[in-house]
Amino acid sequence: MTTKRDVLQARWLSPVALLLLWELASRTGVIPDHILAAPSSVVRSLFGMTASGELPLNLAVSLRRAALGFAIGSSLGVVLALAAGLLRRGDALIDPIIQIKRTLPVVALTPLFIIWFGIGETTKIALIAFASMLPVYINLHQGIRGIDIRLVDAARSFGLGRAALIGNVILPGALPSLLTGLRYSLSISVLMLVIAEQVNASAGLGFMIQNARDAMRTDIIVVCLMVYALLGLAGDSLIRAIESKALAWRPTLVEA
Amino acid sequence: MNELTRIPLAAVPDPSPVVRLRGFSRVFGDTRVLDDLDLEIAPGEFVALLGRSGSGKTTLLRTLAGLDPSVGQDLRLPGTRATVFQDARLLPWKRVWQNVVLGLGKRTRRDLAASALEEVGLGHRWDAWPLTLSGGEAQRASLARALIRKPELLLLDEPFAALDALTRIRMHALVLSLWQQHRPAVLLVTHDVEEAMALADRILVLDRGRIAAEERIGAPRGSRGSVIRSLRASLLGHLGLQTESGVYADLIGRKP
Ligand SMILES: Nc1ncnc2c1ncn2[C@@H]1O[C@H](COP(=O)(O)OP(=O)(O)O)[C@@H](O)[C@H]1O
Ligand SMILES: [Mg+2]
Repeated sequence: MTTKRDVLQARWLSPVALLLLWELASRTGVIPDHILAAPSSVVRSLFGMTASGELPLNLAVSLRRAALGFAIGSSLGVVLALAAGLLRRGDALIDPIIQIKRTLPVVALTPLFIIWFGIGETTKIALIAFASMLPVYINLHQGIRGIDIRLVDAARSFGLGRAALIGNVILPGALPSLLTGLRYSLSISVLMLVIAEQVNASAGLGFMIQNARDAMRTDIIVVCLMVYALLGLAGDSLIRAIESKALAWRPTLVEA
Repeated sequence: MNELTRIPLAAVPDPSPVVRLRGFSRVFGDTRVLDDLDLEIAPGEFVALLGRSGSGKTTLLRTLAGLDPSVGQDLRLPGTRATVFQDARLLPWKRVWQNVVLGLGKRTRRDLAASALEEVGLGHRWDAWPLTLSGGEAQRASLARALIRKPELLLLDEPFAALDALTRIRMHALVLSLWQQHRPAVLLVTHDVEEAMALADRILVLDRGRIAAEERIGAPRGSRGSVIRSLRASLLGHLGLQTESGVYADLIGRKP
């Protein structure tokens, strides 16, 4: 039985209250439509844009950018981190460059990328790829470096060669760090997507937002913001699902 | 030349020891941890190695495990060796049975691991994650992992030091019975005089980089009560603690 107290302590209470307040403020004219559309009209637009195919089409374009950029960036990060983490010469070659790149905000490269790749898809995907490479590289590299040397010794004492050592000890040991890196990379991908789509897009969520801005359609803007948030959330739950499967051995996840 | 070296020397007590170190040294920076050390272990012999903390016990054991380079030094090691470390060093991302067969190749069957675990009394936990094991259970798994390799030389680096007293007694009994069944040569590194006296045929004391003292125990295990006192006093003396009676209470209570 739910009591009055349970309701007051529920975590959904404050967001719902905020929504109601917002709706009320819109209906009474405290918040005009051109400042912020009412929740009800946002929902109406959401259904309308979905039914007309406008939202799914543009979402697909944005998703493709984010997915491609993330895939390229994180693969590059994994390859570089493996080379730097497992080979001494690789570390001397790769790590200094990455550390320099680290100090540079990727957004600042936008003008250069536009000059190199134009204002089409390539620039957007390249920006996302470039930004999402770094967290994967840094976390995986650290994970490989931080492997418990005692476990490595134990495995060596049982005659494991280099390849078996990497496969049985180093990579599984670095997997938690890799997943952390992937999670950061995913959220950075969404962030870069937002930024990249402000560069002269002719399709995608950013394009929809720009059009809506020109038409003062705040309802459409809010819908797009919601979709951006959902993208981030979906990526995060994906990684979480992988984690709970791949890291079943960890004490916090192990059922006693 | 070769013909001559193959003839066993009369001075060597055992014609073919499984371990033989002659004038072995190991240096870290300025400190000679092992200095001109001689060591021989006969097949099937149970040897305990005592020494103060930092005396180089682990360093010697790592050499025997083949973990440290020993190029240009005179040492003979058996082909099959296995080590049990103080911290069990099971790979947390592999099930207990997978840890037991680690490095034995894909064709090693699960039932082989299961029977090895059965032998150390851990048959019921064969499929558990290592992080769910208690200290004693982890050490049993670690013993199974060593024994499944049928080692000629079993190296134990303070394997019972982190266990509670009751568990330790059970583990002592287990190690003895496993040794009696499989007859590997055993080198048990310990700082516990009682443990050494209860388990070993021969006790070595490591000090200043060499085997500083050696005691052979003729009395069979289980009826050593009469020799224990004088032996303890002498061993403690080698470790730098003087006690006439060989009783711990007298040692601690003695006025300086
Ligand atoms: N890899 C290493 N580098 C430098 N010094 C070391 C290294 N390993 C051990 N030592 C030193 O060698 C000495 C003996 O260490 P160890 O063999 O672990 O002693 P024990 O096991 O008897 O306690 C210690 O003084 C330790 O600091
Ligand atoms: Mg030690």
